[in-house]
Amino acid sequence: MTPVQAYTLRLGDDCLVLGQRLSEWAARAPTLEEDVALLNIALDLLGTARSLLGAVGDEDALAFLRAEPDWTNALLVELDNGDFGRTMARQLLVSAYQVPLWAALASSTDPVLAGVAGKAVKEATYHLDHASAWVVRLGDGTAESHARVQAGLDGVWPYAAELFETDPLVESLVQQGITAAPAVLLPVWQQTVERVLAEATLTVPESSWRPTGGRSGRHTEAFGYLLAEMQHLHRAHPGASW
Amino acid sequence: MLWEVFVRSRRGLSHTHVGSLHADDAHLALRNARDVYTRRQEGTSIWVVPAAQIVASSPDEKDAFFDPAGDKPYRHPTFYDVPEGLTHL
Amino acid sequence: MDFQQVIDTDGRIEPRDQMPDAYRQTLVRQIAQHAHSEIIGMQPEGNWITRAPSLRRKAILVAKVQDEAGHGLYLYGAAETLGVDRAELLDLLHAGRQKYSTIFNYPTTSWADVAAIGWLVDGAAIMNQVPLTRCSYGPYARAMTRICKEESFHQRQGFEAMTVLSRGTAAQQQMAQDALDRWWWPALMMFGPPDAASPNSAQSMAWGIKRFGNDELRQRFVDATVPQAEFLGLTVPDPALSWDGEHHRSGEIDWTEFAEVMKGNGPCNRQRLEFRQQAHADGAWVREAAQAYASKHRPVA
Repeated sequence: MTPVQAYTLRLGDDCLVLGQRLSEWAARAPTLEEDVALLNIALDLLGTARSLLGAVGDEDALAFLRAEPDWTNALLVELDNGDFGRTMARQLLVSAYQVPLWAALASSTDPVLAGVAGKAVKEATYHLDHASAWVVRLGDGTAESHARVQAGLDGVWPYAAELFETDPLVESLVQQGITAAPAVLLPVWQQTVERVLAEATLTVPESSWRPTGGRSGRHTEAFGYLLAEMQHLHRAHPGASW
Repeated sequence: MLWEVFVRSRRGLSHTHVGSLHADDAHLALRNARDVYTRRQEGTSIWVVPAAQIVASSPDEKDAFFDPAGDKPYRHPTFYDVPEGLTHL
Repeated sequence: MDFQQVIDTDGRIEPRDQMPDAYRQTLVRQIAQHAHSEIIGMQPEGNWITRAPSLRRKAILVAKVQDEAGHGLYLYGAAETLGVDRAELLDLLHAGRQKYSTIFNYPTTSWADVAAIGWLVDGAAIMNQVPLTRCSYGPYARAMTRICKEESFHQRQGFEAMTVLSRGTAAQQQMAQDALDRWWWPALMMFGPPDAASPNSAQSMAWGIKRFGNDELRQRFVDATVPQAEFLGLTVPDPALSWDGEHHRSGEIDWTEFAEVMKGNGPCNRQRLEFRQQAHADGAWVREAAQAYASKHRPVA
């Protein structure tokens, strides 16, 4: 796998795993309108994932036949949904990262990434808007909703740091103009997240714990269950078409 | 809170009523409308209006409102005879 | 024009027109039941979203389940034009006082069930729903027009998925046949009891709410579907099925099963309702928060 492919796969894994998580909300959302909205976001992410995985290899082989250590998504996207507050807090953190990332990748020297990013940036902008609107309403809603979304945020917050980690792969791609440096994305992310949290009357969590490992295939316990559920049918019928 | 949703299906056309939805504020109402009513590229612009804010004519007033327009055929071009062979009229 | 004149001239009744109470109540009950069926119907298929065997199928299934939420929403909206509130109707559903289609009380135990639901259940639903686009109540007819337009992909994707299975491995073929075995009869029951045993049908026909009898629609479905099963190389689980030169005639439907499922004794009645009640209860704090936020930030008029 070339470095660009490895990187493309990371981004694709982020989208696929988060899309899978969001699709677990089907028929469970707080309102019918939100059922439609959450599945829209899930579909956007799934679509982006398919484009990215498809650029690397066979999308279904990559999605259904890869073992856990070969998945390179960030840990944040594989965390369980928790309640609606936690799901929206996680969405805020991810979308606030994806918007500047896709915006930068839209002018990547890699034509595949640039093409996917041009479309994805519009979708992520909407996801960010949606997650922000809910985080603000939950934070500045009732005492219960405030407590719940703060707890959700506190739970997912430590995992955000991993999104901005760098490693030799990222560094070499930054040098080639293929992607943006995490150090450039981080302040944009901070500004967005802090603005939303302030409007939501929520406290920016502080954490010295920075779980990591997703990019090198070391995942949380929850991820094994996600893969087991997603892959079992496909794996139970080797070689079958669907 | 109930909102009525109007969508402009493409530029050059008026907004048309497409249905209703629930939301507690205008911001969410507009976004819900986008998610619910334009999933298949049905729109280029959306209006949402609180259902309670619509002032509607009543069916009881129907006769007084709409019947008087019925006996004024001279408002329509078909009321007039156009001499045979003439165009641009 | 009064109500009867509108009905007699095949016109449309609109929300603020005067209408007989019984007409209004029949519509509220029917539209609510229809809306409930859409949202309960998200569960049996939603059950397979996380396990869909390819990314393409996953995307299709998510889009379809999402449509069902949308369709529920359009229908609750149509019911609301009759002076009821969605929250009220949901309470009635959760309290078990309003019904939804019995078909969703059957389990989806294999992937082929998702395909069979698209092919058979949506196929039957379309048969039922297309005439409703000409229903005498305007908002219901308009909602149905939108729904039918969107739903045309639901049946096709189901048939396509079924085709792939029936042309697939031996295990897949068996899965497909097993799904047809389990869904065939419940699908036929979706058209409701025979006309002779359907006391409200005649009144609904007279009001232009219903356009065709249950038996006629069921027959159309059988005629349309039997050749499709043949195309798939699957066997319709009805030894009495025969061709009379004009129609495929099915054997006797077991109406005691229908009555039992209707009473609440189907395989999944309790599960489906509890799931709904739970989702609604879990979402209460979110709905309260949205309300609280809106009242704090209401723009000053």
